[in-house]
Amino acid sequence: MRSGRFKNLSIVDSLLWLFRVGIIVLVIWGSYKGLTSGKYTAEVWRDFFIFGLAQGGIYALIALGYTLVYGILFMINFAHGEVFMSGAFTAYFVADAFDKSGFLNSNPIAALSIVMLVSMAMSITIAALLERIAYRPLRGAPRLVPLITAIGASYFLQYAFRGLYGSGKKVYPEPAILSGKWIILGAPVLKTQVVVFVTAVAMMFILYYFVQKTKTGKAMRAVAENKDVARLMGIDVDQVIVTTFVVGAAMAGVAGVLYGLLFKQVDFIMGFIPGIKAFTAAVLGGIGNIPGAMVGGLVLGVIESVGPSLVLEGLGIPAAYQLKDVIAFTMLVLILIFRPQGILGQTLSEKKM
Amino acid sequence: MKQQADTNFNLKEMIQLGATGGVILILLSLFGMVESFVERDIIYKSLSLGIALVFGVIFIFGYLSAKRNGNAKSSVGIAAGLITGLVASAMLAILVYAIEPLTLRAVFVNASPALIEALTFGQEMIPGLMTLVGLSAVASLLGAIIFTLPPVPRSAILVGIIMVITVGTLEELISDVIVNIFKLFDAKKAGKSFAGIFFAKEGLSLQGSVITFVSAAVISTLWKLRSQKMKTSFNKLPPATQKSAKISTLVILSLITIFMPQIIGSYLSEILVIVAIYTLMGFGLNIVVGFAGLLDLGYVAFFAIGAYTMGLLTSIQLPQTTGLTGVQMTFWTALPFAVGASVLWGILLGVPVLRMRGDYLAIVTLGFGEIIRVLALSNFLQPLIGGAQGILGIPKPIVFGFELKTSQELYYLVIIAAALAAFISWRLRDSRTGRSWMAMREDEDVAEAMGINLIKTKLLAFATGAALSGLAGAIFAAKLGSIYPHSFNLLISINVLSLIIVGGIGSLPGVVVGAFVLVGLPELLREFSEYRMLIFGALLVTMMLVKPEGIWPAAVQKRELHGHEEDESGIEPAPA
Repeated sequence: MRSGRFKNLSIVDSLLWLFRVGIIVLVIWGSYKGLTSGKYTAEVWRDFFIFGLAQGGIYALIALGYTLVYGILFMINFAHGEVFMSGAFTAYFVADAFDKSGFLNSNPIAALSIVMLVSMAMSITIAALLERIAYRPLRGAPRLVPLITAIGASYFLQYAFRGLYGSGKKVYPEPAILSGKWIILGAPVLKTQVVVFVTAVAMMFILYYFVQKTKTGKAMRAVAENKDVARLMGIDVDQVIVTTFVVGAAMAGVAGVLYGLLFKQVDFIMGFIPGIKAFTAAVLGGIGNIPGAMVGGLVLGVIESVGPSLVLEGLGIPAAYQLKDVIAFTMLVLILIFRPQGILGQTLSEKKM
Repeated sequence: MKQQADTNFNLKEMIQLGATGGVILILLSLFGMVESFVERDIIYKSLSLGIALVFGVIFIFGYLSAKRNGNAKSSVGIAAGLITGLVASAMLAILVYAIEPLTLRAVFVNASPALIEALTFGQEMIPGLMTLVGLSAVASLLGAIIFTLPPVPRSAILVGIIMVITVGTLEELISDVIVNIFKLFDAKKAGKSFAGIFFAKEGLSLQGSVITFVSAAVISTLWKLRSQKMKTSFNKLPPATQKSAKISTLVILSLITIFMPQIIGSYLSEILVIVAIYTLMGFGLNIVVGFAGLLDLGYVAFFAIGAYTMGLLTSIQLPQTTGLTGVQMTFWTALPFAVGASVLWGILLGVPVLRMRGDYLAIVTLGFGEIIRVLALSNFLQPLIGGAQGILGIPKPIVFGFELKTSQELYYLVIIAAALAAFISWRLRDSRTGRSWMAMREDEDVAEAMGINLIKTKLLAFATGAALSGLAGAIFAAKLGSIYPHSFNLLISINVLSLIIVGGIGSLPGVVVGAFVLVGLPELLREFSEYRMLIFGALLVTMMLVKPEGIWPAAVQKRELHGHEEDESGIEPAPA
């Protein structure tokens, strides 16, 4: 019996190894071809890279929400993408009003800060309601139950916002101060991309400081470590869980406005794909691990921006940009198969998986 | 306890409840539901669906408020209902009043003049809003009064109201069915005049609604009073008579199943076919998720593989969209290949995820599903599978020289397939394999220690699930005649998963019930089509909060969700 099982396992293992080697060979061969084909100049590669960093910053901010909640509740908050959408979509109306009244251009920093605060406030409201109504009553239920609830909540929120704000795409206004390029280290870079990247990184540092240095952050880490012991130490676990959702939502709210600035449009289903990608980023960095989410987001952003042109076109696949999402999903599948603990993650016990 | 409670405290609770109702009403209005349902009459020219929605919510909140506050004294309950209703309707009235001065339309697309007109009943603003609040007061009072009634008339009235609304909403379909039944006996005219008693041009006629209300109320009362008695007297009958009674019920049921498409007409048959296809997939996923406990969110992938294999092997217009010439098999020759391809992919995709559990498995399979969809859509595979243009010209199945063209004919094919799937699941559940699946679901490590070969068992579950999904996909392709990558999105996986969960995970009748509730109902309620995802989401959340074991749960789940606090702690025995 034992030896039979072992034999079976080794067949599976060797299949997986073959798969691994095949993927690596494909990637290397594709990149070699892509780089040597000379289709793109060095400037284009640099632009791809910088755009990747900017969108990676957004992924990272959303990923923080997944990672924080997963770290504490071991649950995938499937509706987090909608939390992100709610903020961005609501803040659009404020941004649009500011744009029409001229406030956005006369006083861009104040205006954008208000837009961001509105976005954060909306995301926080939605996340807190979600936690209170949909997740809290289900704590301790089998894990399938909150997952299904989250899926239901996700669809409900998408179509609720469609009902409220309409189904059309809204074009985010761009403040005049952000159009054009800056020269950084001798290279021209779009101002929006710089602002998005810098804001995202700043928010991550604020969050890191919050979690590591403040009392609330300490309580969050304690609850993540062990809920029961934390409760014995006098920590209000319910309160900490709400705080976790709120902090994640605040990051998502900022990400929403940054998304609006970078991609220039919002609609009610905008949360789905970035949500899945941010989850990929969280897994890539090691879920439950805060610096991991940041690293994972940036890495995923860059891979997704550079990958289609580098590897896929190198392999001779036509219209590679269509397969951008495949790269992200393939990454997700590959990481979960080969390195479920992620780049920076600690090894998860089997029960946690 | 309630008697001694301070009245101020009660008032606060009533107002809170009213505010909740008000928020719900405002949201329903801003979602556009009120405004678009106003177009649809439940009772011809007297009551529209939109108005019924508004006052229905107020009625329910009046009832709830009375339930919370009026257990001790019915007068307190009635007052509570009234206050709650007034608060809720006042909030809605304020919204309506504020729409124009605040130009809410700039943000909320549905805060339109049509909404104002609907909620002021076509009158001027102030008198209209007063009518709204006045009628709401009546509705909430009714709700509260009905709560204070004794249980038997209370439930009779509630059933009557629900039936009037249901029948009124489904007026078109029900009158069609009535005419079709008469048609079977060659009395189409009599059927039309019979239906004419109940239904007006749109919705119920006045006398029709009265008849519906009274008969529903009477029948439900009789049922309540007599059913227990009938059951005991049935049990007293000699066993032989009982058996023949059961057999005759079965015969009648199967006769109804056979004549169903003729009775319900082509539109409802179409819906039934869709429901049956989802049931088929539901049985498949139920094996993977319900029996083996492997949460698969990429189930649509096998559905797509089945459909595409069928399309590629049978299409007579293959060169139009792809670079292939095609082999043009018949439906029946291609069917084994379609199912086989799905099984193959089920195993191929199953191997890498053998060591994953729970959420991680869910996300990886979701990734697989999305990868397949994006690939099907891309130019990269266009020469093989047609890209965004899909595959056209898939022939219909032919049985003994008879082509199954319409859904009234395809119905028989899908019903047989679904019945086959039900049979397979039922036999597998109690087999050795089924028991290993359930052991694995409860605890992989223990199952392995008990000598269950996890790899074989898992792959078998994936393969069986994929086979049923592939079968569904093949039938789907033949039914539509052409397939497009857009038909194979994540929503299908979610739908199938939701239907087995709403029905009751691991439960076979639950799959059928879930398919009817989640797939059939939204198709029936065309008015709701714009809001079906909204309702779908809300329904999933409510279901998980209120009845996580599903509508028709399997025995184990029932025990698990009501017996223990912690999952994963105890090992439940497999159901007998």
